[in-house]
Amino acid sequence: MTSENYPKIYLYRRVVQAKLFIDSNYANAIDLDNIANEAFFSKFHFIRLFKKIYNQTPHQYLTSVRIENAKLLLQTEISVADACFSVGFDSISSFTGLFKRITSTTPSVYQKLQLKRKEEIQAVPLKFIPNCFAENKGWTKNSNFQEVL
Amino acid sequence: MITKMNHVSIFVLNQDSAYDFYVDKLGFKVHTDAPMGPGMRWLTVCPPDQPDLEISLMSIDEGMMFSKESAKQMRDLVSKGTFGFGVFQCNDLLATYQELKTKGVEFKKEPTKEFYGFEALFKDDSGNWFSLGEKEKK
Repeated sequence: MTSENYPKIYLYRRVVQAKLFIDSNYANAIDLDNIANEAFFSKFHFIRLFKKIYNQTPHQYLTSVRIENAKLLLQTEISVADACFSVGFDSISSFTGLFKRITSTTPSVYQKLQLKRKEEIQAVPLKFIPNCFAENKGWTKNSNFQEVL
Repeated sequence: MITKMNHVSIFVLNQDSAYDFYVDKLGFKVHTDAPMGPGMRWLTVCPPDQPDLEISLMSIDEGMMFSKESAKQMRDLVSKGTFGFGVFQCNDLLATYQELKTKGVEFKKEPTKEFYGFEALFKDDSGNWFSLGEKEKK
């Protein structure tokens, strides 16, 4: 029995489209009521099916997408404020609170750790590669790794 | 004693294209992306719920691991879809299937109820195939 034979596959398609819409438009002010309407659902049924599929309400999912994208931005030199507004939050304090609740660390501490890790990867990449792989690739032949670069 | 696996390798034909597939299409997270010199790159990704499992997207290059001939043989085998490197799991197979299809992922088998479970098969951009199953709902 293939997927097309499953009842209500069309409902799944609509919820998936809504999820993909959130993925692409998280940085904008999204009206989740509008998303439910676009999916031709009642808001109640939309939220219920969304949560059944993704284990989160659409609002929770939107927040998680924004935080994940903020984490990517914070791996660069961007300011915490710019990261906050770039992903669609309009308040630095609520962004910081949500970030800490989800990641257990503040945005600025997270950024410091990520930038430090990036520097280490650049300086001593072999520290991040199991020796068996590095040897198989021939990356451990030179004692001074800088010579390879 | 062994307690867990933390690295596994998937041989890919092109790491840039594999990055696009595993990160942008499948939604995996980048664990480590380290340039190792001209044309060399250590790239590992992890499934969203397994941040400690590094999947190394390994290029097939002539060198210590492969001779010129065996690298060519390996690339041919990969592109022919010889290898199934593993089984992935999702919360909802129909929804995940719809999403991945929308993103252009090629499926060898649509979601199908088998005697052992609900399963689909998909291919990565190199030709490797994977089983995708649904976490048992209680």
